[in-house]
Amino acid sequence: MSVTVKIPIALRQYAQDKSELEIDAGTVRELLQNMDSLFHGLMAFVVDESGELRRYVNVFVNHEDVRSGEGLMTKLKDGDQVTIVPAVAGG
Amino acid sequence: MTSKKTKTQVNVLLGTRKGAFILQSDARRRSWKMKGPLLKSSPVFHMTFDKRDGETIYAAVNSFHFGPTIQMSRDFGKTWDNAEKPPRFAEDSGLKVENAWHVEPGPADEPDDVYAGVAPAGLFRSSDRGKTWEPNRALNEHSTRSNWQPGAGGLCLHSIVFDPSNSKRMYVGISAVGVLKSEDGGQSWNFKNKNVRADFLPNKFPEFGQCVHKLLMDPKKPDHLYQQNHCGVYRTEDSAENWKEISAGLPSGFGFPLAVHPHDSERFYVFPEEGDFFRAAANSEFAVYETVNAGRTWKKRIKGLPAAEAYLGCFREGMATDELDPAGVYVGTRMGHLFHSTDEGKTWRLIAQWLPPIHSVSTATLNM
Repeated sequence: MSVTVKIPIALRQYAQDKSELEIDAGTVRELLQNMDSLFHGLMAFVVDESGELRRYVNVFVNHEDVRSGEGLMTKLKDGDQVTIVPAVAGG
Repeated sequence: MTSKKTKTQVNVLLGTRKGAFILQSDARRRSWKMKGPLLKSSPVFHMTFDKRDGETIYAAVNSFHFGPTIQMSRDFGKTWDNAEKPPRFAEDSGLKVENAWHVEPGPADEPDDVYAGVAPAGLFRSSDRGKTWEPNRALNEHSTRSNWQPGAGGLCLHSIVFDPSNSKRMYVGISAVGVLKSEDGGQSWNFKNKNVRADFLPNKFPEFGQCVHKLLMDPKKPDHLYQQNHCGVYRTEDSAENWKEISAGLPSGFGFPLAVHPHDSERFYVFPEEGDFFRAAANSEFAVYETVNAGRTWKKRIKGLPAAEAYLGCFREGMATDELDPAGVYVGTRMGHLFHSTDEGKTWRLIAQWLPPIHSVSTATLNM
């Protein structure tokens, strides 16, 4: 499945300054793994060592937060748009 | 025949809450140029220059959103490489790296080795100059670990010290755990906290649980180490087998940073704070204290520093010396000031202010 992933500004420095990528992946986890093979170390910014999404990072497939679905195992289909968003926090 | 003159450049590396800064000057250290913010927006807990290759700066970077990592620059901060495999505990450990606190180039005879200390209490080694990191399982899975209790700063491993006379000997300092020593290159670790007080525990002299704030080695005598602890300043003259408190003469034994003179044995600097429940300059005087005899006596150094109603404080990595003669001394505050002395502490000058809170100060002296 070819999907589009949007990369937040803070992570672009680790992805050759790209704001968007076309990637083949069947699930969100596979998408992040494939991104990591292109840009080593990128996945660790999104997923912690227990394999969970970092607390203050959100991932949307189209407009759905993956936490409200199957998390990193959320399935992807051709043409989906995946957005990685740092959570809004602070005061 | 003409001889080429050597030019000296002094760099002061600042890790701050909002990124990193580098201040540059020549050997006179009168005027400074500032670069930054580098690694913009991410808290940088520590930066260190690798004297072995003469070019690499390592930074312990902790993004609120994206977690901790180690980054490397080989061009003095213009570009940074991210660790491809950052420090992470083993999957079966149940532990997660919260913050990277300290990064330390390894021994001289292992030029590609770099070590990192993290919270909660973890030691990691890279054998490829920072690209990939592996946990030191002997320390991270120490048999006593389940009894390690975090202090206010968490269980941070903030000090990593190598013995230049014995490539197998190394030390680490962990807040609210104490000092541990390895005699076999990190394959096993033993506590070395004898005579170090833990006032906050029912047993004041336990085997472990002491809250070391910073640990450093004498520049000439590798069996001599110094520690600024939650409960006093201490020295050892026998490779940490026994410690002796040397707080007498200081306004307070409490403090965080420590900086050793680059050339003179038994000469180092501390910054006393009032105490555990008021973490600001002791007596509201922003004074650095210097000893030239391993803490037998202390001199207050305050000329040029805020001398009254000064409620500033310093983090544990907040003080450093350069390698010139006379040595420069630098102290950064939690409120974003950087003071320096070019006469080994006798007089001080403010060289930067309005920076984000300064987490760490270190130096790189280059002869070009």
